Amino acid sequence: MTDNTPKDLLSGHARLERNVTLLGAVALVVVAIGGIVEIAPLFWIDNTIEKVEGMRPYTPLEQAGRDIYVREGCYTCHSQMIRPFRDEVERYGHYSLAAESMYDHPFQWGSKRTGPDLARVGGRYSDAWHVQHLANPQSVVPESVMPQYGFLSETPLEFEYVGDHLTALSRVGVPYTDEQIEQARQDVLGQADPGTPAGDLATRYPGAQARDFDGNPDLISEMDALVAYLQVLGTMVDVDAAAAQEDLARETGR
Amino acid sequence: MESLTTRAGMWFALLVIALVAAALGHDFGFSAQMTIVAVAAVVGLWWTLTGSKIDALGNWRRPVGSETDYDDDPVRWGVIATLFWGIAGLAAGLFIALQLAFPQLNFEPYLNFGRVRPLHTSAVIFAFGGNALIASSFYVVQRTCRARLALPGLARFVFWGYQLFIVLAAVGYLLGVTQSKEYAEPEWHVDWWLTIVWVAYLVVFVATIIKRKEPHIYVANWFYLAFILTVAMLHVVNNLDMPVSVLGSRSYPLFGGVQGALVQWWYGHNAVGFFLTAGFLAMMYYFVPKQAERPIFSYRLSIIHFWSLIFLYIWAGPHHLHYTALPDWAQTLGMVFSIMLWMPSWGGMINGLLTLNGAWDKIRTDPIIRMMVWALAFYGMSTFEGPMLSIKWVNSMSHYTDWTIGHVHSGALGWNGMITFAVLYYLAPRLWGRERLYSLRMVNWHFWLATIGIVFYAASLWVAGMMQGYMWREYGADGYLVNSFAETVAAMWPMYVARAFGGLLYLAGAIIMVVNIWLTIAGKQRDEKPLTSPAYNPAADRPLVSQPAA
Amino acid sequence: MSWHSTYEFLRHMADSWGLLAMTLVFLTLALWPFRPGAREHNNRAATMIFEDRENGQ
Repeated sequence: MTDNTPKDLLSGHARLERNVTLLGAVALVVVAIGGIVEIAPLFWIDNTIEKVEGMRPYTPLEQAGRDIYVREGCYTCHSQMIRPFRDEVERYGHYSLAAESMYDHPFQWGSKRTGPDLARVGGRYSDAWHVQHLANPQSVVPESVMPQYGFLSETPLEFEYVGDHLTALSRVGVPYTDEQIEQARQDVLGQADPGTPAGDLATRYPGAQARDFDGNPDLISEMDALVAYLQVLGTMVDVDAAAAQEDLARETGR
Repeated sequence: MESLTTRAGMWFALLVIALVAAALGHDFGFSAQMTIVAVAAVVGLWWTLTGSKIDALGNWRRPVGSETDYDDDPVRWGVIATLFWGIAGLAAGLFIALQLAFPQLNFEPYLNFGRVRPLHTSAVIFAFGGNALIASSFYVVQRTCRARLALPGLARFVFWGYQLFIVLAAVGYLLGVTQSKEYAEPEWHVDWWLTIVWVAYLVVFVATIIKRKEPHIYVANWFYLAFILTVAMLHVVNNLDMPVSVLGSRSYPLFGGVQGALVQWWYGHNAVGFFLTAGFLAMMYYFVPKQAERPIFSYRLSIIHFWSLIFLYIWAGPHHLHYTALPDWAQTLGMVFSIMLWMPSWGGMINGLLTLNGAWDKIRTDPIIRMMVWALAFYGMSTFEGPMLSIKWVNSMSHYTDWTIGHVHSGALGWNGMITFAVLYYLAPRLWGRERLYSLRMVNWHFWLATIGIVFYAASLWVAGMMQGYMWREYGADGYLVNSFAETVAAMWPMYVARAFGGLLYLAGAIIMVVNIWLTIAGKQRDEKPLTSPAYNPAADRPLVSQPAA
Repeated sequence: MSWHSTYEFLRHMADSWGLLAMTLVFLTLALWPFRPGAREHNNRAATMIFEDRENGQ
């Protein structure tokens, strides 16, 4: 048998089976379709790009805390996405809105709850509880399997380049103003160091809370930053306000 | 001589750049990674200057070959690397499984669960799986094309460059250099390095196909090609990052929030679809027929399998985001395509299994065939379970629980692990010119340890997942939630212990494999009784299926 | 076209002619490899991996 019969040459797939460039090109087109159809609309659809009343970029301190959250891989055990089920809403609070993670680069919705959801953990516990829980989770929750993070209290927060972090974030679309970027280092001090006046922090970041988060006024530690981040999670949007409710009504099908 | 100077100069330049970057680095993790690059550059420089053949070590006890032989040095290295990273990845997995049962095993900060877990997933998927894919693809493409590897130098760069990627990523995780995007944790500079290595891999693979002497491109190569191309596309798009500084490890992804979530799971699910499925199906399409000494059941089915699998898989990502803030229509699309995906998956499984038609006897007599069949059975099981979990109603209960972890592992341990072990057993005697493996009985032991390990692992996490799902949503007669979260954590303990025990058995099997292959390479043969008491029956094992008259 | 009417239009297509066209394309593509003329070609391709020496060309 020879497989070079004219019939074979005419048949479409036999050509693909002999031409690696063609095969590769066709395969790439076939695999690209699904992604384009699903992803591209998200950049135009209203409820995925709309801003909701109350949402603001993180303060430099909160963002530094978020960087620590990312560094430690907290997403491996904690989600930040409350689904619209009765039990979840009762356990964790109002279900999460798309807009609430609009300034999250990267998103940290997570996919596993070895520990509880953290999307609305802000304001639920005291700073002191968080510090003790992070240092020794089992001392607060005996059943916990969480690792210990006491080293955060002893590690000084590295914020020499915090302005560069805000610049990078503004380049990927987080609306930090030039003033916010210029004041970034000062704002870390203003928010976490009781000896430094907060200044215009609350004007630049409405609702930002300034205090000594880790209970140690002598050091601005990584613990300060992480607790500041945890305490702001889910608190920016007043989900019961009229504007947010209107936005929710448009997020159908959940 | 000139080329020697050029090459040495390039290594030296890399060394200087890496040292400068290490000295000026903004964070310790970045400096540590650049130091590793500098060490790699020193090793490269030393090898260039002393004229040592890098292949010599991998050729340990290899029989002398001839000029026309296929270029199998990178494959031999790949087999060794697969064994090494396999043990490392499984051990890391056992360690974090034990951490969940015994949290005292967390040693802050470097060995906390959150830092070791990406180390485990990257080590088993990208280091163990990736090396198996690169090595087997280099082996298969040469034989199906009847051509030596094109660009041998570049092929070696692919192998060693990939190992450097693994080491940089792994050290980074422990030092806190991570993007915290599942299965895409490496930071921007490591991502760039992988991109370079991956493009080189594509070039070597395609160039070898172009210089082939066989007009037809065998189906295994289509799957390898789709795997390489798609992983390149996914990796580049999902890792579009803005570095904070070129001298620091931190970067921020271009896509955030909802868009970031969908891009990430479009990547994440297709890391499963193309890395762990298409690439490993390529192995199946070559090694199962070879070991069974029968052609694939239906070549036509494999054509349909290929196109439908690669078309459908890419849509399935949103099923990781059911009931989240992702728009509803995208979730539904993800669910529908996940369910449709069941068809090509089972088509492929049936195609592999029926290849053994007329040779079912071999499942009893040949433990390697048994491993392959078992791998296909697990592939069928997890590709049934996957579509089921992607149904929104099921997912509302199973999402965020350990059921997902159990599902992933029945696929990873059962399908990817078993087929890789079988391929390693197939390759070792052939690559080192041995008559047979050191011991078939040890393969048998490996098979049973792995199987029982998977049963413990999957069963305990099914129970754990359903328990979590139902305990979280349990309401009492008073209308309040019954369980606090802490109570659901406490209830997991026996399941977590059983899971770790399953992992221990699986690791023990893999260690037996390493010993077996090591002694095979050393040229030893164990004097042992045959596996089955009834002698091999040639009448029950019919030869190659009838062929059309030539 | 407004967002809403674009959606309605696409939705309508997906439920009618679009669905029919996709079904036909799918059936054609799935049955194509099974046409009788391709049998020899496929048998030859499937057995090609056995025509090789283990280690050399």
